[in-house]
Amino acid sequence: MERRDSAMSEKPIHFHPDGQEALVELLFQLADDDFLLAYRGSEWLGLAPHIEEDIAFSSISQDTMGHATMYYQLLEDLGCGSADELAHARPASARRNAVLLERANGPGHYLREPRYDWAFTVVRQYFYTQAKRVRLESLTKSSYAPLAEVAAKIQVELHYHLLHWHTWFVQLTNAPLEARTRMTKAIQDVAADFAGVLTLGAKGTEMVRWGLIDEEKVLTENTIAALAPAFAEVGLDWPMPFGMKHGNGRNGEHTPDLDEALATLSEVYRAVPHAIW
Amino acid sequence: MAAMMTFTRLSDEEKYERFMQRIEAGEKIEADDWMPDEYRVTLIKLIAMHAVSEIMGALPEKEWVPKAPSLRRKLGIMAKVQDEMGHGQLLLRVAEDLMAPLGKTREDIIEDLLNERLKFHNVFHMPAPTWADAGLIGWLVDGAAIMTQTNMLDASYGPYARALKRICAEEVFHAQHGESIILALAEGTKEQKEMLQEALNRWWEALLMFFGPPTADTTGTSKQDITIKYRIRTKTNEQLRQDFFTKYVPRIWALGLKIPDETMHFDKEKGQWIYRQPDWERFKEIIRNNGPKSQERLELRRTAYKQNAWVREALSAVRTAG
Repeated sequence: MERRDSAMSEKPIHFHPDGQEALVELLFQLADDDFLLAYRGSEWLGLAPHIEEDIAFSSISQDTMGHATMYYQLLEDLGCGSADELAHARPASARRNAVLLERANGPGHYLREPRYDWAFTVVRQYFYTQAKRVRLESLTKSSYAPLAEVAAKIQVELHYHLLHWHTWFVQLTNAPLEARTRMTKAIQDVAADFAGVLTLGAKGTEMVRWGLIDEEKVLTENTIAALAPAFAEVGLDWPMPFGMKHGNGRNGEHTPDLDEALATLSEVYRAVPHAIW
Repeated sequence: MAAMMTFTRLSDEEKYERFMQRIEAGEKIEADDWMPDEYRVTLIKLIAMHAVSEIMGALPEKEWVPKAPSLRRKLGIMAKVQDEMGHGQLLLRVAEDLMAPLGKTREDIIEDLLNERLKFHNVFHMPAPTWADAGLIGWLVDGAAIMTQTNMLDASYGPYARALKRICAEEVFHAQHGESIILALAEGTKEQKEMLQEALNRWWEALLMFFGPPTADTTGTSKQDITIKYRIRTKTNEQLRQDFFTKYVPRIWALGLKIPDETMHFDKEKGQWIYRQPDWERFKEIIRNNGPKSQERLELRRTAYKQNAWVREALSAVRTAG
């Protein structure tokens, strides 16, 4: 096996050199997905429907930000740059997160007139958490041992997230009139972009070939199987087919919502170049 | 049971006397115990204000949560603001029990806040325009809060004393979180140091105001005499402010920062810090919700409250059906 240490800085950890590109691509998808959703969650702080939810949601967003940090750290270990730089300094075109996860919480700004949509948030969080759980299960068997270890750690926290969002999803969708109407609309809205979460992007086949993760088809089937009982519980039709209405984030296609998010989340980071915070 | 029958037959004066004997002996009053109306009303005001201050206090820092400059800082400030909301929740529950005999609930507290019948703490009306402000809030505002709350740890009302114990333990972590941000800035680039000095200049007066006026004469009213009488607190506002100076002024100077008050010094003969009084007229305006950010932050909460009305309705429909 040929080794190409010279291209890397500071003794990076290696995967097979030919598979490294696919590994890095996968890690960026995982890291950016959790990072952007945690960011959207953090915007809700102080604005959730009640104070108990504010506390619970904040705790989930912290966990999710922690997961993103672990993935960025794996990238740092592979010599891709520092975790903070990868999280804060990459332009939108380099981001690999699903578009669904970058979308704003609703009209307005987190500091001015936040007309945030709780129904959209609940459905997005619930769908994503199910997909994440399926993905993690597959990742615990990944051929890249450091990733398998991280996946096992994250899995432990996910049980509670899933329980939380499932409760909201069922309770609000089963509530009368306005709540059900809003939830039904939110389900359509999330489904229209959900294929973007499920895809592994252009390098998906390579990822599978190197044993990094299961096939997209398998992951999709398992996610649908995981979501189906909840739809039975609320007595709604399955919102198929899933789409990528606002683009395929895995290919670097993104919305202005991401530009706005990146500008905000890196505002201080960029304010004084090379500073330690 | 017999003792209770005897107690109910006592006149109000006799009950009051027994109550005062109990608290003076260091006994704790519990939610279901008899208490004078003045005591109940004072506690409700104090604790409800404390609760909504924790909730409103999350807002100036909230501005910096999504913007925190590294992954570590993002995680730290998220956890910190979550704790503040947790304190708000804990205190709302304590206040709720006290309000129950008056037929009021937590909903009333939140609505009183939004309708401006209930005030929140003066510091949370102030702007926090830079990352240094977020650090300074953690370091000095939480530092000041630890002092006022420690002053009530032995409060005669048991449920409040117990809540404060937990809150104080967490506030110590917050002050460390704030201090760590401040140290990074103080040891940082020229821009970072300037950012820190400006934040201190901005917050100094609010920090002096934090402890409240020295006497009732300053602003017309002060609750400190009543709260001391009922053993809710022990030290006066001025004693607390002096304690704050003793702890923090040397630390501020040690970081190479300038306190924006050239008269500030420790008078060894008097054994106290000499400082320039803040503008107490301005203080009165601020707590009347006429501070620089009062309306904007209230509006943020009002918008969220209105925006989520359908969720509350749905939940209550679910509860009724269940």
